[in-house]
Amino acid sequence: MAVYESALDLIGNTPIVDVSALSPNPRVRILAKLEGQNPGGSVKDRAAKYMIEEAEKDGRLRPGSVLIESSSGNTGIALAMICKVRGYHLKVVLPENVSIERRQLLEVWGAEIIPSPGGEGSNGAMRRAIELAGEHPEWVFLHQYSNQANAKAHYEGTGPEIWRDCPELTHFIAGLGTSGTLMGAGRFLKEQNAAVQVWAVEPPVGEMVDGLKNLDEGYVPELFTANDGFDLLDRKMIVRPRESIEWTRRLTEVGVFSGISSGAIMAAAVKAAKLLDEGTLVTIVCDGGWKYLSTGAWTDGLDEVEARAKGIIYF
Amino acid sequence: MPAVRLPTVLRSHAGGAAVVVAEGETVADVLSWLEATYPGMAGQLRAPGGEAHRFVNVYVDDDDVRYLDGLATKVGEGTEVTILPAVAGG
Repeated sequence: MAVYESALDLIGNTPIVDVSALSPNPRVRILAKLEGQNPGGSVKDRAAKYMIEEAEKDGRLRPGSVLIESSSGNTGIALAMICKVRGYHLKVVLPENVSIERRQLLEVWGAEIIPSPGGEGSNGAMRRAIELAGEHPEWVFLHQYSNQANAKAHYEGTGPEIWRDCPELTHFIAGLGTSGTLMGAGRFLKEQNAAVQVWAVEPPVGEMVDGLKNLDEGYVPELFTANDGFDLLDRKMIVRPRESIEWTRRLTEVGVFSGISSGAIMAAAVKAAKLLDEGTLVTIVCDGGWKYLSTGAWTDGLDEVEARAKGIIYF
Repeated sequence: MPAVRLPTVLRSHAGGAAVVVAEGETVADVLSWLEATYPGMAGQLRAPGGEAHRFVNVYVDDDDVRYLDGLATKVGEGTEVTILPAVAGG
């Protein structure tokens, strides 16, 4: 093993593991790319590093800079880790209904938390961050939902890594949050082989966050529209909390301890495997299960955990 | 007849119901039925007669209809239509 100069150099180059033992179809392989292996613990390390390094290059970030961002957790944690190492101060607008561990990790890395109403979810947190950034032009707002460096991290990192390790893939299945992973890696993979299908998975969060006053408070990230997301994706589905938790648990049978959103992605992969004759599906395990221990996802009764999961944002 | 799961923000227009049983053979029929039955929903789902607003997602049995046949996607007995505002994550 090489000796790395910085923990930040450990971002990316994550391993892919065969989890086909969970496939309902012997002719469909399911492979999982373990993004929880990143030093900050999630796939978001990639986008955070790219966004920060780009802002350093163009001079927006300087020693002592203050950053503002909204996040349901993972992007905030990733940015906070890098900010601590590089000497920046990060403020994160965080919905109140995320797991306690997400908040604790932001504190570990020294981020300042600005709470936003849980019922408004990530959309409300983002609106608040936009307001605050407008009131404080001296703060640097990287805005993960519109920052092309987010998708670029996956176009130059995640996508090429998958192609290098698994050129036989037929489907790429990932979660839709900012759309960075899907737009970046999805586009790269389609450019290598136009037959690769790109499927998006999302939780029915809109059903859980009941503080939105109007449907027009719905939000499609600029990153998605700017990258022709409506054309790039081949399919998009919601996976409900119960199934997400069931597949989060099933993943432990193959030694994968994942977060709940990865269980949702796995559930979608299993659905795909049932529909297809044959194929090789590459899925993303966005993070490890550590941040969700407090939800009892692996140990408590399914009904109880499902009810609890409906009250938190896990994407 | 398809069942429609309504998002919280639309339930007040349907007397608080979370699920309603609609009529129609396509998603477009279902939206028209909703707009006619619950006038408060008119304009919220789509511009009159048009596609669903960009910030509204419509799913048939958990699949986003934009990647099926759009509003022409067929629905029937036992189909579940889910309407949700688009929500970001990360």
